[in-house]
Amino acid sequence: MQPITLHSFDGGIHPQENKHQSTQTAIAPLPLPAQLVIPVGQHIGAPADVIVAVGDLVLKGQVIAQPKGFVSAAVHAPSSGKIVAIEQRELPHSSGLEGTCVIIDTDGQDQWLEDIANGSREISDYLEADNDVLVNRIRDCGITGMGGAGFPTSVKMAVKDKQIDTLIINAAECEPYITADDMLMRERAIAAMHGIQILMKLTSADNCLIGIEDNKPEAIKAMEDALHSVHGEHHITVVTVPTKYPSGGEKQLIKILTGKEVPSGGIPSAIGIVCQNVGTCEAIYRAVAEGKPLISRITTITGESVEQPQNVEVLIGTPVKHLLAFAGFKQEKSLFQKLLGSFNASSNSESESKPRLIMGGPMMGFTLSSDELPILKSSNCILAPSQKELPANDIASACIRCGLCTEACPADLLPQQLYWFSKAGELDKAEQHNIADCIECGACSYVCPSEIPLVQYYRHAKGAIKEERATQLKSDRSRVRFEARQDRLDREAAEKEAKRQARAATAEKAQAAKKAAALAQQKEAAEEAAKNGDPANPDSGPPDSGSAESKAPEPIDLEKLQKQLDAAQAGLKKSMDKIAELKAEAENSDDPAAPIENIEVFEKAVATRRDKVKLLAQQITEAKKLAPPVKKEITRDDIEKKLRAQQDRIDKTQQRFQLAQEQGSETLPALQKGLDKQMQKLKELEADLAQFDKAGA
Amino acid sequence: MSLSNSSFVNITSPHAHGGNTTSRIMMLVILATVPGIIALTYFFGWGNLINIALAGITALTCEAIVLKIRKRPISFFLKDNSALLTAVLLGIALPPFAPWWVTVVAVSFAMIFAKHLYGGLGNNPFNPAMVGYALVLISFPVQMTTTWATPFFLTSDTLIPGQAIIAGQIMSFTDTLSVIFSSTAGLTDGFSGATPLDTYKHLAKNETAVEIMQGPLFANETTGGSASNWFAGGWEYVNIAFLIGGLALLALRIFTWHIPFSLLAALGTCSMLFGWDADLYVPWSLHIFTGATMLGAFFIATDPVTASTTPLGKIIYGAGIGILIFVIRTWGAYPDAIAFAVLLMNFAAPLIDTYTQPRTYGHEKAKRGMPAKPNDSDTSSKEG
Repeated sequence: MQPITLHSFDGGIHPQENKHQSTQTAIAPLPLPAQLVIPVGQHIGAPADVIVAVGDLVLKGQVIAQPKGFVSAAVHAPSSGKIVAIEQRELPHSSGLEGTCVIIDTDGQDQWLEDIANGSREISDYLEADNDVLVNRIRDCGITGMGGAGFPTSVKMAVKDKQIDTLIINAAECEPYITADDMLMRERAIAAMHGIQILMKLTSADNCLIGIEDNKPEAIKAMEDALHSVHGEHHITVVTVPTKYPSGGEKQLIKILTGKEVPSGGIPSAIGIVCQNVGTCEAIYRAVAEGKPLISRITTITGESVEQPQNVEVLIGTPVKHLLAFAGFKQEKSLFQKLLGSFNASSNSESESKPRLIMGGPMMGFTLSSDELPILKSSNCILAPSQKELPANDIASACIRCGLCTEACPADLLPQQLYWFSKAGELDKAEQHNIADCIECGACSYVCPSEIPLVQYYRHAKGAIKEERATQLKSDRSRVRFEARQDRLDREAAEKEAKRQARAATAEKAQAAKKAAALAQQKEAAEEAAKNGDPANPDSGPPDSGSAESKAPEPIDLEKLQKQLDAAQAGLKKSMDKIAELKAEAENSDDPAAPIENIEVFEKAVATRRDKVKLLAQQITEAKKLAPPVKKEITRDDIEKKLRAQQDRIDKTQQRFQLAQEQGSETLPALQKGLDKQMQKLKELEADLAQFDKAGA
Repeated sequence: MSLSNSSFVNITSPHAHGGNTTSRIMMLVILATVPGIIALTYFFGWGNLINIALAGITALTCEAIVLKIRKRPISFFLKDNSALLTAVLLGIALPPFAPWWVTVVAVSFAMIFAKHLYGGLGNNPFNPAMVGYALVLISFPVQMTTTWATPFFLTSDTLIPGQAIIAGQIMSFTDTLSVIFSSTAGLTDGFSGATPLDTYKHLAKNETAVEIMQGPLFANETTGGSASNWFAGGWEYVNIAFLIGGLALLALRIFTWHIPFSLLAALGTCSMLFGWDADLYVPWSLHIFTGATMLGAFFIATDPVTASTTPLGKIIYGAGIGILIFVIRTWGAYPDAIAFAVLLMNFAAPLIDTYTQPRTYGHEKAKRGMPAKPNDSDTSSKEG
């Protein structure tokens, strides 16, 4: 029946199959549970976004969560009812982490969504439909891999044309106890075959190989019969593979059926292969042809602790408790326990006294902490073993390096070396021995005569390597940032240094210039004094205050100096007023000739303040000389302002001049000179204004 | 029936175990030596059995004492039968009439120094039985070379199996006991404890092959008086018996074919290459079927703790032992070379492992050698 050459993978084990217990009866429909707990993140990828609210009434098949991003899948209500809560609950996962769950109280009606019930969503000519339509339908119906991993199927279908040459359907079901796919093929082979045809179309594969282990003769026959019912030319072959654990692992099945190996760290599409579980194919058919989303699955409930092991059709979100009750779960109590009650102190006896509830098979399934946890889209088996059936491991003995694990490993690893390296923390050597390629199938620990928990060591080492990598990456990034910051600080420091040196150089120049200017000024002052025969007149005020004010946008130094100057002038004025006051008092008092109290203090103050004013004035002059010429836009307003100011000054000077003339003061010639200067300045400003008008307008 | 939360135990997968245990493996190996022990007793008397019993008691006692000092559970470790196996192998390897203290020294040294001081079962780099044997071979050369027995048929008077002959004297069970436990260490009268290998090697200097094969060791009552390359003083039956035991272990998948096959192949090839002239060198049939060859190939070299672990590594390891056996036997001073050959290859096993990793699924080539150091490492180590 099969012209396919079978290859084989190295290693593998032959554990007790224990499948006959659950294949005695047909798939039974499970009665409706009172409450459904539906996690929105039960697939690989981002958890779906909830689109319903507490209190909403939903119908069977209604969308309750939309896919988020590309690698994601929708989630639907498995039965009609009311949403009573959307909250964080523990997920059925070996981590025990929590996730968002939608909790629905069923109303018992089990009423389908109208569109689905009246058949308006059915695509009957699916083999002629557009590929995009089909992929969208798969995505909208929340189809994910039902073999155990739960990868969103629509993402797997996103392959380029001519990329895939072989479609492999995984119907091996190599793990002991699990018979869900077996019963599905026996009862629903035709639906599964139609689903396979849809997949062939979507992937445009050249041929399809359905791998079934030889311990399922009825299923093989059913699938071959279904193949006869497929019309037209098809390239689908049912291939019987020898029973060996783990031939159902994707990598191993690909090697058996095609002889090719999936590259390490890569996916099968890299070698032109797509692998899909047979249960997923049936779900695809239902979604496309009947419009029904993925809301139920076939799950095996088995183990010596259940009285009627069988396969059931169970709604997603059904609590495991419901399944256990249906199958007649009896909690076992050992004789030891019965005698001593709860008088068990050691931790080893805890694992001996408490029963195990496993979701999945005995090799790769994980334990559930309570039976309240729900069934997911990928839960293919609930195993409730007795203590005798799957006894807890004894304390591990020393590794004798017997090499049985190396013989059993399906990935051609050296589990023994990996064990020694993991135990010693030599993670670099573990990585070099390809610990990342371990599929955690458990074949090595199954055969280990020392009962060493090998897979646990590898999981720990993988986690430690990942953590180390993350820390290394973080510290690398920190180092890069730190170095960049250091560079920046160095650069800024260098710039500051350069500026400081430039300023120092200019300051030195300024000092020299200042000295020269001071000398020059002294000479001028001496000359003026000689000419006027007067000590410096306090009322003439600071010579340059006017022109200091005439420059509007001044550097900060100048402004500061100006402020200081004003303050000093104010102080000077105050002191002089005080002296005048005292003098007036003295005149009005009884004894005019007596020396005035404290007048020396004020006279000294006046002298110091006068010096300060002079100094500030000089500084302002130098600062203005050193400041780069500020090229500013001179507006007409500026010139007018200057003009007005000058006019005011002239008026003031003229007043003083008149006063001086009346009083016959000796300052008359100086005032005359000053007035002449100011008149000249006024004339200049008028000329500037005229020029501006000529040029600007 | 409703159950409260956390009434189930949390354990990670896998949950199933195949039922094989270390004690079962060790016991099977011990049982596989029984045919060989029977053959030894038949031809060479009670000495081996007494030695095995003595060695067993010594080994268990030593292990118990050391475990007590190390504060480990005694029965848990004793029941894995590894001490018993070491004792049985030493009891077989040591000469039948070796004084009791030679056995005791060998076994206690093996258990304490070669096994427990390294950390116990699984942690020792050297084969403990061979360490004990090498110690006494070098320390007590007289006792180790002069206390071999002559096969029962080498006397013209009686042909009763189980009665070994030493110094021309037939030894019964009680006689053997008294010899082993006597205060006179070793024996006098210059009995050389000739093994066929030794005999052939020495005689080859002067006689031709034909002449050697006419000697009493090779042409005797059991061979009907005529020599053939195949028969050699009882030892060939012993080796065949061990071969049967070894093949049984192979069928039970206690170990893989790599080490025994490569050891015998290497030894046979070397002796055929160099033994082309039977007049000058020991022929290959004697190499393979006399001495402790089969014992070494199936029971000593296959000791998993100290051998190489990768398939290709095992072949190199076994071949190395085979070549060394030939070299030491032919050009060395010792009559039998298993112990030294095995110990020398024990040194090399970790290095062999590093460079013989198999190709992992999904990789194009095997990753051999030490892991590369990271590029931006701050250490100045230059090891690659």
